Amino acid sequence: MTSNATNPMATTCYPPAASGLTYNPYAPRNVWNRAMNLLAALFATIAVLPLVVVTLYVLYKGGGAITPAIFTELPPAPGLSEPMGMGNAIIGTAMVTGGAALVAIPVGVGGGIYLAEVARKGWFAQSIRFGVNVLAGVPSIICGLFIYALVVNTRILWGESFSALAGSLALAVLMLPTIVKTTDEGLKLVPQELRMGALGIGASRFVTITRVVLPAAVSPIATGVVLGIARAAGETAPLIFTALFSPFWPDWASGWGLLAPTATLSVQIYNFGIMPFEPQVQLAWAASFILVVMILAANLLARWLAHFSAS
Amino acid sequence: MFTHKKRPWTERLVDHTFIRMTAVLASVVSLTVFGIFFTVGFQAVFQGDLSSLLPWHPDSIWQGIAAWNDEETFGVRWGAIPHFGLGFLADSSWNPVRNDYGALTPIYGTLMTSALALLLAVPLGVGTAIFLTEDFLPQKLRTTIGFMVELLAAIPSVVLGLWAMAMLNGFLAAFTPLHTHLGWLPVFGTEPGGPNLAMASLILVVMLLPIITAVSRDSLNQVPPELRQGAYAVGATRWTSIFQVLIPAAVSGIVGGAMLALGRALGETMAVTMIIGNSTNLSASWFSPSSTIASLLANQFGEADDIQVSALYYAALVLMILTFLVNICAQVIVKRLALKYD
Repeated sequence: MTSNATNPMATTCYPPAASGLTYNPYAPRNVWNRAMNLLAALFATIAVLPLVVVTLYVLYKGGGAITPAIFTELPPAPGLSEPMGMGNAIIGTAMVTGGAALVAIPVGVGGGIYLAEVARKGWFAQSIRFGVNVLAGVPSIICGLFIYALVVNTRILWGESFSALAGSLALAVLMLPTIVKTTDEGLKLVPQELRMGALGIGASRFVTITRVVLPAAVSPIATGVVLGIARAAGETAPLIFTALFSPFWPDWASGWGLLAPTATLSVQIYNFGIMPFEPQVQLAWAASFILVVMILAANLLARWLAHFSAS
Repeated sequence: MFTHKKRPWTERLVDHTFIRMTAVLASVVSLTVFGIFFTVGFQAVFQGDLSSLLPWHPDSIWQGIAAWNDEETFGVRWGAIPHFGLGFLADSSWNPVRNDYGALTPIYGTLMTSALALLLAVPLGVGTAIFLTEDFLPQKLRTTIGFMVELLAAIPSVVLGLWAMAMLNGFLAAFTPLHTHLGWLPVFGTEPGGPNLAMASLILVVMLLPIITAVSRDSLNQVPPELRQGAYAVGATRWTSIFQVLIPAAVSGIVGGAMLALGRALGETMAVTMIIGNSTNLSASWFSPSSTIASLLANQFGEADDIQVSALYYAALVLMILTFLVNICAQVIVKRLALKYD
């Protein structure tokens, strides 16, 4: 009986008897159907549950630790409970992520333009598409090891080893495939007629791409860029061997703070979260709060941008 | 009046420069991929930094290779691959004191955590995707739930790790009955007393769910509605048509999504490092501390030197090849299994 329930052909063997065409709630196939409905609902609940639990827990634990001093003070020395702040990590995250965006956006958008507008086919474009897919799959800690070997260990950046700039490069490697992909896909959505029209009235390829095609695709590209930046801001693994950490304010004397080890919120969560001191653990929660709120806001912004483009 | 005129040379120059520039920027991507493989491979074969590739560097490897047969010089400072060879992959000792390294424990940990996580996350994720593509709930509510699952993917892994550390005792309490009742099974053989492999797998499930759900939902949404209508028309129930029509039609996307998730699980670092216990002792039990390749790197790289650095790069190379193969498989599967609807 139960095996028949999975086979639509077999059900024809059963005469409907007196019940005629009415729904029989006790037919095995219907019982099984309802059980599976419940199971799917259960799975969906389990899938959403972690988000709700983690978000609420972080908002509860971290929200309680947020004070004005968080933004203006430095973290306490291990064992002390004063001052309770992490202004350096907030500035550091902005510096490292901003630097990564400045490197990755031009390269990524340029690469995306090449793939979508200049060479859609051909072995070179195919090999670059392949490269984008491979790069997207490289574990983030390996981006950190790569930049460590390339930049930190060789002291190639003006003789400095660990620096905010090295951290930016590692995050840029991480953001690059996302930005190339979204640019490529965003540009492909632009109707061919726009390009034909622009070229038809005598615009050059440069003008067509920069003045007609790019503006038409700006909102999907912006969505991808915002999501890429938000993801990079929360990344820790690429930073622990590149930007390292620092309990002090950025050293403005060394390359406007870019060439010295720099604290970031994500590394601070890792470093302080595994410490046995209560004030440090509290700061880790506060940093989680700021990161989660920032990333949720960026996702809402990206959604709004996508909605904006659809209407 | 309408004679053919060439564009002014300035305009052509701008055009050509722009096209060349985009080509150069695009090749940065390929160069980066090549650079990552080359760098990690180099550090696994040689000790010392990349600048020893320069011929005029005092410790240049070229001089070492040139002095290959010279008894006076030491030659090249070889790294982990020449030292340990392929035996590295099957050796479970990781001993910085004796400088004896083998990556079997982290390789086992990586594969085991990922496999366990995938085993739990695939049914959950596909079930959620089905729930979100069927008409159980109004469209608006379904979109909201889908968005919430996608937000879960945006929560940084280090935050999930911090949360998991705070929940440690709860997890342990949940694991203890498994040990007391099923302790005769080797995988439940040790008493859960701290961070362990099973917890790392559970945290990975939370990270994989959004990927699997999003990809499966997209591919289920792309199945033409005619297929479902056809199944209903011959008398199939909802779940008969799901199992026999919709899932087979969307299987390429579902399997591809699972492979993508596997690639992510293999390389996931922070949450796993914070919750797996970072032990390099091999243990069959899921309730004992272990390590993955990524957690080994995060945990030891900062304090390592000489041959240990090289051994860590060797382990990183293994991880890269694993994720590379998984991602290639994912792409091939999506292309091979994809049903074409015109």
